[in-house]
Amino acid sequence: MNAFSPAPNTQVWPLIGGVEPKENKQQSNGLSIGYLPLPPFLVLPVNQHIGVAAEPLVAVGDQVLKGQLIASSSGKISACLHAPTSGKVVAIEPRPVPHASGLDSLAIIIEPDQQDQWREQEPWPNWQQRSSEELLARLSESGIVGLGGAGFPTASKLSIDQQIHTLVVNGTECEPYITADDLIMRERAAQILAGVAIMAKLLQVKQVLIGIEDNKPEAIAAMRAALEHYQGPEAVIKTFPTKYPSGGEKQLIWILTGQEVPSGRLPADLGMVCVNVGTAAAVQQCIVDDHPLISRITTLTGQVLAQPRNYELLIGTPIVWLLAQLGVTQAERIIMGGPMMGEPLANPQSPVVKTCNCLLLPTQQELPLPPSASPCIRCGFCDDVCPASLLPQQLYYHARSRNLEGLAQQHLFDCIECGACAYVCPSSIPLVQYYRYGKGEIRQEQQQQAKSERAKVRFENRQARLAQESAEKEAKRKARAEAAAKAQAAKAAGDNSAIDQVIKAAQAKSAAAAATKAEGPDLEALKSAVEQAKNKLMMAEERLAKAEQEMPENAAAFRTARDKFAEKLAKAEANWQKAQQETKT
Amino acid sequence: MNLITLSSPHHTQSTGVNKVMLQVLMALVPGIVALCLFFSPIYLFNLLIGCSTALAVEALILRLRRCPVAFHLRDLSALVTAVLLVISMPPLIPWWITVLAVSCALLLGKHLYGGLGFNPFNPAMVAFALMIVSFPVPMTTLWLAPNSGLDFASALQIVLGQTLLPDGISSATPLDYYKTQVGRLTATEIYQSELFFGIWPAGWIWVSLAYLVGGLFLLYKKVFSWHAPLGLLVGLAVLALIFGLDPDSNTPLHLHLLAGSAIVGAFFIVTDPVSGATSRLGKFIFGFGVGCLAYVIRTWGSYPDAIAFAVLLMNFAAPFIDHYSKPRTYGHSTRHQGYK
Amino acid sequence: MFIILIAVSALGLLALIFGAVLGYASVRFKPEGNPIIEQIDAILPQTQCGQCGYPGCRPYAEAIANGDKINKCPPGGESTIQALADLLDVEPLPLDGDHGEEKPKMVALIREDECIGCTKCIQACPVDAILGAAKQMHTVIADECTGCDLCLDPCPVDCIDMVPVNTGLQDWHWQKPQDNLIATDAQPKQEASA
Ligand code: SF4
Ligand code: SF4
Ligand code: SF4
Repeated sequence: MNAFSPAPNTQVWPLIGGVEPKENKQQSNGLSIGYLPLPPFLVLPVNQHIGVAAEPLVAVGDQVLKGQLIASSSGKISACLHAPTSGKVVAIEPRPVPHASGLDSLAIIIEPDQQDQWREQEPWPNWQQRSSEELLARLSESGIVGLGGAGFPTASKLSIDQQIHTLVVNGTECEPYITADDLIMRERAAQILAGVAIMAKLLQVKQVLIGIEDNKPEAIAAMRAALEHYQGPEAVIKTFPTKYPSGGEKQLIWILTGQEVPSGRLPADLGMVCVNVGTAAAVQQCIVDDHPLISRITTLTGQVLAQPRNYELLIGTPIVWLLAQLGVTQAERIIMGGPMMGEPLANPQSPVVKTCNCLLLPTQQELPLPPSASPCIRCGFCDDVCPASLLPQQLYYHARSRNLEGLAQQHLFDCIECGACAYVCPSSIPLVQYYRYGKGEIRQEQQQQAKSERAKVRFENRQARLAQESAEKEAKRKARAEAAAKAQAAKAAGDNSAIDQVIKAAQAKSAAAAATKAEGPDLEALKSAVEQAKNKLMMAEERLAKAEQEMPENAAAFRTARDKFAEKLAKAEANWQKAQQETKT
Repeated sequence: MNLITLSSPHHTQSTGVNKVMLQVLMALVPGIVALCLFFSPIYLFNLLIGCSTALAVEALILRLRRCPVAFHLRDLSALVTAVLLVISMPPLIPWWITVLAVSCALLLGKHLYGGLGFNPFNPAMVAFALMIVSFPVPMTTLWLAPNSGLDFASALQIVLGQTLLPDGISSATPLDYYKTQVGRLTATEIYQSELFFGIWPAGWIWVSLAYLVGGLFLLYKKVFSWHAPLGLLVGLAVLALIFGLDPDSNTPLHLHLLAGSAIVGAFFIVTDPVSGATSRLGKFIFGFGVGCLAYVIRTWGSYPDAIAFAVLLMNFAAPFIDHYSKPRTYGHSTRHQGYK
Repeated sequence: MFIILIAVSALGLLALIFGAVLGYASVRFKPEGNPIIEQIDAILPQTQCGQCGYPGCRPYAEAIANGDKINKCPPGGESTIQALADLLDVEPLPLDGDHGEEKPKMVALIREDECIGCTKCIQACPVDAILGAAKQMHTVIADECTGCDLCLDPCPVDCIDMVPVNTGLQDWHWQKPQDNLIATDAQPKQEASA
């Protein structure tokens, strides 16, 4: 294939489908990357990536240094977390995270001591002399995740077993408004290429393909210039026309190589790995400067802001504080990411996380809320723009009627949720929300299926065990009966007064017991039952009172418990009284 | 801060169905102007009746169906249906047939199936077919010859049923005429009849060309893709070329394309998104099918202009076409098999 | 006469041929599948709660296969009834209220400091989802609990609560958009909390 041809090859394959929304990048790409002071506290959710949440290593009250590991990765796909500045851990508790659900998630909260004091660092300016194992070890401690927005732990990506021949570097940034990658490429091109060289060494690739959309001429020029000093496997910068969503991983691989990632597989199955330019710069920082991922470049844009600009923000910076610094106290919408795929935040208290490439605060005029949806008129506009060549309207029909099987047959899971279809839909149908709903339902269904399958197995096992137990009991009973029969036989054979005596004694004993019982109910026992019930009722009442104060939502349960105890007490008292009367008569 | 959380995308073109429909209406204007100029301004009156009926009936049905009336009326789809219907019916048609036709289109053609977006057949064509089957005489004889000189007032009286049709005013359409005469007369003889004045039946051609202008405008505006219109024209042309090479025995190509409703059909009827096929390939097949069927019915059937029946027949086939014309999804090696 | 004979025999011949082909096809292309009981059992939610009146889901599946009504399973609710109706090609019925109502998914939670370690709940749990030993504190394995309620009654100190399964961040997903709503109206929660 041309991928291995000797001359640098800049052929590109045109994106399938796609739309051309207004770019709106010039607002924020005019100024250089800015910086903000240290925030009053930092909120660091332990799960800022795809995969398993990190395991906190610090306790409340601990002093931490800048760059210190505060939560370690657990499992194969996971990422570490570091303190973005020195200070004190003041809490480890659930806090709002940047998400549309508004749900909380476990976070480590650090109060900076304003010293900004680094832990001990060990820069490796001559990283070429380090072995791959060393490099990978440092990377897996670095907490780097895909900074383009997906958040896949980079170390996991770089430590795959498959043979990789091509490293794809994504500088596309096709989403309108966002200019973070643009600015990184302009200002830190050399860093990016050093990071690329490190990754190329780790993966042993034969070639590096760098894809940049043609609406970023400065970035392209900066990268071209930096390429002169780059040392590593052959690297080619490919530019292509600006069209959304060229920057999707699968789309970019198609554009640069003309190959498609098979459905449900990873680029690694084609021998490729795709990383974002921001990630590459972070890799360089981590390896060369021993500087873990504690900050990122984020575009702050939208007409609500007086001056849209890119900032280097500490991970964990609370968004409300950040906005207040820029003079914004009121906003209608905060979108993390771009206007096409961004996540609408439900809670402004949430922090900046590793995947936060943009905070977009649009006004109504800028991005009006969609009008009410009309019925689908099957115009097929959506079919034409879908980069995955799906039939969005068919997906919509199936999702609307919750036909999960139909959704799967229409390849719902090949939808990258790019939103091109909803962008062009004349009926303003929130198509992507339908797909997300459909995907969620299918996943839930699968989980439930798996769970009920387990329940079935457990139920059947238990059934089998019970059957076996009762069979064993039956066998024992039979054995005993047989023994008794034998004894009987022996007795019948005469000469067994010893057994006779034992039996007689037992009979006498049981007769005596029966006699005491016949004397009347055991008053003592009944009385103590009443006492016990009273105690329990009191306890239950106490608990109820406490619950009503502390967790009113659970009070109902305690109330039923109290009522039950009251019932039990009444019963016990009735029994006791009845017994008393009986003894009197 | 209370934040609004709506699912992405937060940016939409928000064209709105009504904008699409409005563009379609605008594109019909040249055709309507040509109809008025070359035939009779009575079309305007018919349009008035048709449109008011459409709005009233649509509002009534929406009300009965407990749908938000204003919201759905605003999508203008009822108006488009009414206009298409009126311009495909003869100009001197009695007003009550227009009312009946528009009501049938909306009731039987659209709302019976669940309203806009759910109708399997093109509502205008459903009503047209119903009318031509129910009232064959007025639907085929009340056409006017181009430049017939009938003034608006007398045309109005005819439409309102106050006067009977004077002799010699109505005429057959060129396709009809050619078809009935072709066995007896030679092509040259037919061309000499007063309907034609040469090989181009002037008025009809101009109307078709006016529709073509509107259609190209829609194409330029990307309201639809070129696949379905081209499919229809190609389908019709191919058969006309194969069977109609000899103008003495069969209707020639240029009449098939320009003298009947082929152009309206190609740009305004088979492009109806709801009842047609959806994928690009599917649209072409759909249009091609309509073209072929139209030729077949025109030539060997009993209706001289057969776009309506051809469209309805192909509407039946649309889901089938959709099923087999699905594109190949990214990352899949085979075309995807649809829902069984 | 002769013509009629020909027509009849031709038709008869055709019928024979088609019959043979169809007969062959029905044997040759027989849809292989689980016995119907397995398929029904796969649809039932496996809560094993016995609300249907049978001791577990499998027995109910057998009963359905033998003609019992399909609307007796409250945990499965409408969707299960619909799936059963599709499978058995019968009309879906509304859920039979005598057997209970469809409730949100719950799991059992033992208030552990009150547990006296009597093992009664362990014996009641149909899926062995409770862990514990005599005189030791018990606990519910939330992942395995089907929310069947069967452990509540046997508990002598009533220390078991049914709590709704909590949706964490991982389980959350977008809900289906509501039809015909102005977008800004689609935010009742936000407005309410305003
Ligand atoms: S959101 Fe999904 S269906 Fe819509 S255009 Fe993008 S990939 Fe296609
Ligand atoms: S763009 Fe919207 S209206 Fe058109 S077919 Fe797709 S979903 Fe339907
Ligand atoms: S723990 Fe209780 S509610 Fe859960 S499955 Fe066992 S018996 Fe049922």
